[in-house]
Amino acid sequence: MLKANRLRAPILCLLCVLRLVYFPRSASAANPPDSPAVILIRNATILTVSHGAIERGSILIKDGKIAEVGPSINAPKDAQVIDAAGQFVTPGIIDCHSHIAAESINEGSVSVSSMVNMAEILNPDDIDIYRDLAGGVTAANILHGSANSIGGQTLVIKLRWGQPAAKLPFEGALPGIKFALGENPKRSNFSIPGQPRRYPSTRMGVEETIRGAFSEARDYKKTWEDYNKRFTAGEKNLIPPRRDLRLEPLVEVLEGKRYVHSHCYREDEILMLLRVAKEYGFKVRTFQHVLEGYKVADELAAAGVGASTFSDWWAYKVEAYDAIPYNAALMTRRGVVVSINSDDAEEATHLNQEAAKSMKFGGLSHDEALKMVTLNPAMQLGIDKRVGTIDVGKDADLVIYNHDPLSAYAVVQKTLIDGRVFFDRQRDIAERSGREKEKKALIDKFKKAAEKKPEDKKPDATVPIGQKPSEKKSEEKKPEEKKPEEKPKPPQSSGIDSAAVVLPGGAL
Amino acid sequence: MKSISIILQITLIFAAICAWPGLAFAQSQPSSTYALTHAKIFTLAGNTIEDGTLVIRDGKIAAVGVGLDLPAGAQVIDAKGLQLYPGIFDSITQMGLREIGAVSATVDSAESGSYNPDVVAATAVSPSSEHIPVTRAAGITEVLAVPGSGGFDSNGSGGVIGGQASAIHLTGWTIDEMLIKKSAAMVLNWPDIETQTFDTATFSRKEKSYSEAKQEYDKQVNEITDWIERARHYAQAMEKGSAARYDRDLKLEALVPVVRGELPLLVFADRSREIRNAVEFSDKQRLRMILAGGSEAYKVKDLLRSKGVPVILRPVLTLPLDEDDPYDRLLSQPAELAAAGVKFAFASFDNSFARRLGQNAANAVAYGLPYDEALKALTLYPARIFGLDDQIGTLEQGKLANLIVTNGDPLELTTDVKYLFIRGQLTSMDNRHLRLYEKYSKRPKAQ
Repeated sequence: MLKANRLRAPILCLLCVLRLVYFPRSASAANPPDSPAVILIRNATILTVSHGAIERGSILIKDGKIAEVGPSINAPKDAQVIDAAGQFVTPGIIDCHSHIAAESINEGSVSVSSMVNMAEILNPDDIDIYRDLAGGVTAANILHGSANSIGGQTLVIKLRWGQPAAKLPFEGALPGIKFALGENPKRSNFSIPGQPRRYPSTRMGVEETIRGAFSEARDYKKTWEDYNKRFTAGEKNLIPPRRDLRLEPLVEVLEGKRYVHSHCYREDEILMLLRVAKEYGFKVRTFQHVLEGYKVADELAAAGVGASTFSDWWAYKVEAYDAIPYNAALMTRRGVVVSINSDDAEEATHLNQEAAKSMKFGGLSHDEALKMVTLNPAMQLGIDKRVGTIDVGKDADLVIYNHDPLSAYAVVQKTLIDGRVFFDRQRDIAERSGREKEKKALIDKFKKAAEKKPEDKKPDATVPIGQKPSEKKSEEKKPEEKKPEEKPKPPQSSGIDSAAVVLPGGAL
Repeated sequence: MKSISIILQITLIFAAICAWPGLAFAQSQPSSTYALTHAKIFTLAGNTIEDGTLVIRDGKIAAVGVGLDLPAGAQVIDAKGLQLYPGIFDSITQMGLREIGAVSATVDSAESGSYNPDVVAATAVSPSSEHIPVTRAAGITEVLAVPGSGGFDSNGSGGVIGGQASAIHLTGWTIDEMLIKKSAAMVLNWPDIETQTFDTATFSRKEKSYSEAKQEYDKQVNEITDWIERARHYAQAMEKGSAARYDRDLKLEALVPVVRGELPLLVFADRSREIRNAVEFSDKQRLRMILAGGSEAYKVKDLLRSKGVPVILRPVLTLPLDEDDPYDRLLSQPAELAAAGVKFAFASFDNSFARRLGQNAANAVAYGLPYDEALKALTLYPARIFGLDDQIGTLEQGKLANLIVTNGDPLELTTDVKYLFIRGQLTSMDNRHLRLYEKYSKRPKAQ
């Protein structure tokens, strides 16, 4: 945020953020009053991530925070008790690359779209929030697409299904900005009919686009600094510089107030961005996808940058042809903080399983694998003081599984955020027949109304609710099976970004 | 300049693909006699054998049992602590037909035009595809390579009649060595009644009224009916007349085995309305139908059972079709179909994700499918559905020795395949991913 006296809107924004941060009980603030203040989970195998496993252990939750963790805790009088005998509790799954809860993904018309902000288009009614919650995800990094070298502003949310958009942002989490390198920003795999090719078309041009933008941002920063200096010195009749909404977020990057999350694949482009960052004096917080990260793992570790990758996607485009499922393990072994992300609403429902694959491919330990979807993404997003492990004082963002979560047989039983049960499998199943009845009643009513007034009948009046194929938001397209956007037909519809074709609104 | 750069680009990509050292790697060794001893053998044909022996000779399973005599000269593999299963059969893939999805020069999975019954997958399967060894390492020993199967490809959607699917072993120097059955099914993409479509030509969503969509649907179904009826007349002409009395038509000729009921139709459909229509059509036309996709098969399970239509299910790790479907709609469907007596098999519908086949089956088990059924839906059932169960699908004397030796449950994420046999050959599990892993593991620490 620039320190200009006239920047009222940003300052107001800042105040809003601060208010949330310092609100005494942010959890209760986000939750309706119906959630019990004290919950005791007991008899569970607790995978703390920070200090090993506790067999038949208990977790006491008070006011949305973890109050106590140990082998046995007596239930306070007013506590709601969850008996988790034979079950496993882990910290909530954190997805470092998601496109759920977003009305659109890509502002792809320009090569630098840093003025747009995902925070302004959150959709709290996106059913994928609930589906991912049912897969144990409690927090997600909602990213802009990868259509341009410098994409839009991003934010971290908690998956508080049922709450309004204003309650989704993760209080106090630093905002981010999406960068993208390689085939997507240079538009290798698609062209939109009627639209001319857009600069850049090569990896060389991608570098220059980013350098050019930061050169401008530097000048802009200096212009404001000069102005503020003169203003503070008491100079009269000054005209403040004109605000530039495109450059402001980049100034925040230079000031370390906004994280850079950069989409990338190939080793050369990874090193390119590290060089540019050094030249302009900013940090890259995470490389996203980073499927060739294993080739330059030492360089990533030395730069202290996080790597957020897929478990086993490959071959959907040329830059994914050297992708290997050993990537996460190889980078981890060389000292990089690695997370496994989804980039796809479906993939997010089983990130625990995707993390487990690094045990098979590269021999990581159970603890190391689990960290890749809990503590490590929390560190990458700068929210590890709040979430990522099961420790006293942290947010009670927890998942209860019926088996070891690093098994393909594990099913999420409950997901808690801020100490509130946001997903409960038994409750979901119990409510299904009621929902079916409600749907049927609505359709019947609709049909009846249509029959009564045939003269008003519109051509499609009797098409049942729910016929519309759900749209997906995954960005890096999972090849065939999961390309929602590329495929207009329902079963095939699923993801967005990547490779070959792009649908409006999404793809990249 | 522009065309030069395109040619250069294509050449480079081609060179990059061809130059990969793995292509020269020996995929198989000469067959010989093997004895796998002290293994837990999941024959999938009766009881599981503890501490059993399996003998392989001349590409086939020569004997399975307890305490068998080891044939002279047999290579003995002590499989104590290990488990034997039939190899996994991925019954819908584009194996060998698509290397890199976004690069159309490497994609041969979908021909242009709407009716291509005469094109055959085996013709375009590249035995050198990097996908083959990667997939094999996941315990998959054979696949169906399916053309024009409705999936997204840079070359098109595959039209209505997509061509003939080929069943292949995942090893062999040439396609002839790989073939199990050149023509194992005829692909039919059943039309949808879609009011919302995406037009790739103009890059925009299109909406039409239901009546308009229905009209287009009826037109396509009439075309399909017309093709089948013409093929039936053609078959009659072939039976009754000499070749001189009718003009040869390669497309109709390709459909003759279909109308004779010798070749099954692999019908892609997901919505219950389309499935029902396709089943009724096949029934009326007396065609053998295999349903592929089947996202809403649960809505028509009684029909599928009563008509004996088996289903190749798309991966259960797929989101529900509709917003108001239960979140686990596809995960719990296999359990529901099994309970209703519908026959089904699992498939990846893909190449890159073929190795997730076991994971998908395990997830179906987690949501209620009996474990044995899951295992069979990866092995015996697909073999049976495509009429190959006399050759593969179980560990029984006389069948082809396509099998895997694992250190645990082959459906679990962390299990390793220790040995893999295809047609009795101990087959390498080296692959592109392993080679890159080993290469970069050895990179000296950067300065």
